[in-house]
Amino acid sequence: MESAGESKRDRILHVLNRLGFGPRPGDFERVSAMGPERYVHEQLHPESIAIPGDLTERVNEYRTIHMSPLALFAEYQRPIMEARRDAKGESGGDKGAIKDATKDARIQQRIVMREAVEARLLRAIEGPRQLQEVMTAFWFNHFNIFAGKGLDNIWTGAFEETAIRPHTMGKFRTLLGATAHHPAMLFYLDNWQNTAPGSAGAKGKFEGINENYARELMELHTLGVNGGYSQADVIALAHILTGWGLPKGGGGGGGGNRRPGGEGMQGAGMLKFFPFGRLMGQRRQGFGRPGAPPVDPSGFYFDAQRHDFSSKNFLGHRIDGGGIAEGEHALDILASSAATATHLSFKLAQYFVADDPPKALVSRMADRYRSTDGEIRAVLETMFTSAEFRDPRYYGGKFKTPYEYVVSCARATGVPVSNYRPLYGTMQILGMPLYGCQTPNGYANTQDAWLNPDAMMTRLSFATALGSGNLPLENPPFEEAADGGAMRREPAVVPRNGGGKVSIKFDPGAHGPKMTPPDPAQLAATLGDYFTPSTANAVEASPTQLRAPLILGSPEFMKR
Amino acid sequence: MQKELQPLDRCARCSAVPATSISRRAFLRRAAILSASGIVLLSPHAWAARSLDASSKRRLIVVFLRGAVDGLNVVVPHGEPAYYDARPTIAIGRMGASDGLVDLDGHFGLHPALAPLQSQWREGTLAFVHACGSPDPTRSHFDAQDFMESGTPGIKSTQDGWLNRTLAVIPGTHGPTEALSLGPTVPRILSGKAPVANIALGRAAERPMPMDRPVIEAAFDRLYSGNDSISRAYRDGREARKRLMSELADDMAQANGGAPSPQGFSDDTDRLARLIGRDPTIRVAFMALGGWDTHVSEGAANGQLAGHLKPLGEGLASLAKSLGPSYQDTVIMVISEFGRTMHENGNGGTDHGHGNVMWVMGGPVKGGKVYGKWPGLSPGNLYQERDLAVTTDFREPIAAVLRSHMEFSDSQIDRVFPGHPRSSGHVDGLIKV
Repeated sequence: MESAGESKRDRILHVLNRLGFGPRPGDFERVSAMGPERYVHEQLHPESIAIPGDLTERVNEYRTIHMSPLALFAEYQRPIMEARRDAKGESGGDKGAIKDATKDARIQQRIVMREAVEARLLRAIEGPRQLQEVMTAFWFNHFNIFAGKGLDNIWTGAFEETAIRPHTMGKFRTLLGATAHHPAMLFYLDNWQNTAPGSAGAKGKFEGINENYARELMELHTLGVNGGYSQADVIALAHILTGWGLPKGGGGGGGGNRRPGGEGMQGAGMLKFFPFGRLMGQRRQGFGRPGAPPVDPSGFYFDAQRHDFSSKNFLGHRIDGGGIAEGEHALDILASSAATATHLSFKLAQYFVADDPPKALVSRMADRYRSTDGEIRAVLETMFTSAEFRDPRYYGGKFKTPYEYVVSCARATGVPVSNYRPLYGTMQILGMPLYGCQTPNGYANTQDAWLNPDAMMTRLSFATALGSGNLPLENPPFEEAADGGAMRREPAVVPRNGGGKVSIKFDPGAHGPKMTPPDPAQLAATLGDYFTPSTANAVEASPTQLRAPLILGSPEFMKR
Repeated sequence: MQKELQPLDRCARCSAVPATSISRRAFLRRAAILSASGIVLLSPHAWAARSLDASSKRRLIVVFLRGAVDGLNVVVPHGEPAYYDARPTIAIGRMGASDGLVDLDGHFGLHPALAPLQSQWREGTLAFVHACGSPDPTRSHFDAQDFMESGTPGIKSTQDGWLNRTLAVIPGTHGPTEALSLGPTVPRILSGKAPVANIALGRAAERPMPMDRPVIEAAFDRLYSGNDSISRAYRDGREARKRLMSELADDMAQANGGAPSPQGFSDDTDRLARLIGRDPTIRVAFMALGGWDTHVSEGAANGQLAGHLKPLGEGLASLAKSLGPSYQDTVIMVISEFGRTMHENGNGGTDHGHGNVMWVMGGPVKGGKVYGKWPGLSPGNLYQERDLAVTTDFREPIAAVLRSHMEFSDSQIDRVFPGHPRSSGHVDGLIKV
């Protein structure tokens, strides 16, 4: 029989594990003093939680996540294209010469992805607004884009910062709209090419309907796969969204047929028919040039020339031809649909409560969604105050995803991280590279997706390395270039096609000074001294230097 | 008597398949690891409990050439004058010319760098399916590879890969090494419900992990001694890793004993041969090779493409030999996301195209034949007036292998390739019955 003290302790750990990424040193005591109910309330209002000044400063140092898509393009993509064009002319198209010429610019570009990853991890590990961090990860995953696809390499951080993070607990319609207008999403799901056949702007790469975004918008972002829409609705929505895209580089049509002898995937890769690329072409009529159309710095551009202005029937609604307003109307319909309420409630309950969430809870959350016009905070509140969420049978029942496991380990030890590579590298080895999910449905968060023999070996090796102070988390993040030059080596962060080099050495000897090993007693206290007798005995029976690894590698810590 | 088998595997993750080029030696080492990974064990395990009848020994190896290999220069339609017209500097010379192609059937010929595969062609265990590919029109590497790995062209939301589904639809418990991926992380084609062993290559495979140290292992053993799912996964993982590491250590010691010279080739095949026959656990295996995106300076009989084809051909030929009797139970398929333009571009290369050639090799294959329906290369027959057309969906030959080789039922195939197209008849007879 559990004592009242144990029951309160379990509840404190439950909210720290579910509303956040597990306890940091001092969290348990703090929540214990304020009470878990107040903690939940506070987390639901992140603006009420002060952010330490130095954390704000460190986040602001990640300059690129705050830049507009157009500025990112100008600073990090254009130099590659320019170097490429010049080298092509000079070398007569020699592959090696082009590669060499673009190398510096390509390495420079990697800064953008690294900053996005570090800014995410920094706030997940150290940020006091933990629910905000959880919801940012949750909604990014819901509106997943793949950073390995073309320009999303430079836009993913900005997408999260402006389209996801500010809207995580507000009206779902606002969040939906922000993602729908963001160039990163328009590029990832191909809507930038979606064109009314026979329209004035239909030519070349922009010759017809592309249903990709329209389909995922309903299947994944809103209604859900069984949300009651038909293929005719997909086509109607695709027509409604024709012309939602990216700015054109010059006047006239949206692009041209590729010339024979076009470019490959190297360097500017995949940008060969991208309209921004016209900046670099013979017709230099891009942004800021006389006669160019005014461009929204957000990078969103509605091209009326490629829009289908006919009226449509969508989900039983008649939508009259009206340009961009049609798309907004369609988003209203989708956000207010009962199917959307249920789909989102299920996903939230599956993340926060159980792999197979209680149906009654999902239904009450969906009711709250509808009665509040889709206010995410209200739906979360219904869930967090529900009997189901507070039912001890669900405590510690969610198997952590690789992201949650790695972040919770870093939090528990309280180690100051200056080198994030071992963290995101481990996520990649475990099959969950940050921003590296190729498919639009994002990563699963259920046990059957992540528990496997290989993963256990990797998790425990990671736990051992971290727990014994053998992970170079406090090292300077990047090696100096071999030639002693000022430029630092920026390794690629997000792999293409699931490949890419992953090299994390979990064994000692490979690195120089590493980090202060966590103190096992402190670590146990941070985690509320919550261990099963079997774990407690095993830790007790082990040599001191193995105790922290065992705690981080314990079955209890695999779950949240 | 039936063998008890067992996984072995799971070794270090970490670096692996070179993205841009492979050496013959690297390929062979990979192949060796592949053959080494099924090891006969005496200790019974949950996943070894499944009885091994003849059909459960059959295996499928998929080699993905990432970057879109130029199929028109692999299996060359030398009977078409249009081919030579379109490729003034990169066409493969006709038979008889120095460095000319190897004739296959009077209409098609093989790139000379693939001459090592001639014996498989002659003995009838190597076939090709030409004008094969995805029905999806995309020329994006990313999308096309994605579709070819998910097995659902045009549908992006499919989360698992068809090679994983191939295992998942086989009833029973799955051992952790039934699916083997050689490379740094589990690729799209193998992601899914069935467990997948992921093997790093080269030195990374030997890199120690903390879990290899007895004191650490003993400590974690105490934590994971229960019968819950996490404990079971832990024990499977530990067992697999231990066995693979010890096997790899033997393997590497032998390989390093030989001189790093062309003679090392026979060392590799010898080692392979020794390890063959002990390998019934692996049902599917996958590896990817890069470096095929030949936009510039593709070359003809020699050059960039030839430089990549040569080690591939040698590696495949060696694998065929080294598999020994197991070759009779193995089908090896070589696929690539799309073909390349028929016309050579201004840089002595080719750009992203459409139709391609698929390679199918192994004892069960009725080879010595180029399957498919050849659409021709005249302008009117080209896809969008520029590329070899696709007349056979890439899922058709795979489905034929699943049906006749892996003995899958129609409903199992439907689960691997939901909504796959009806058979065109173009690959009838590809697998001996």
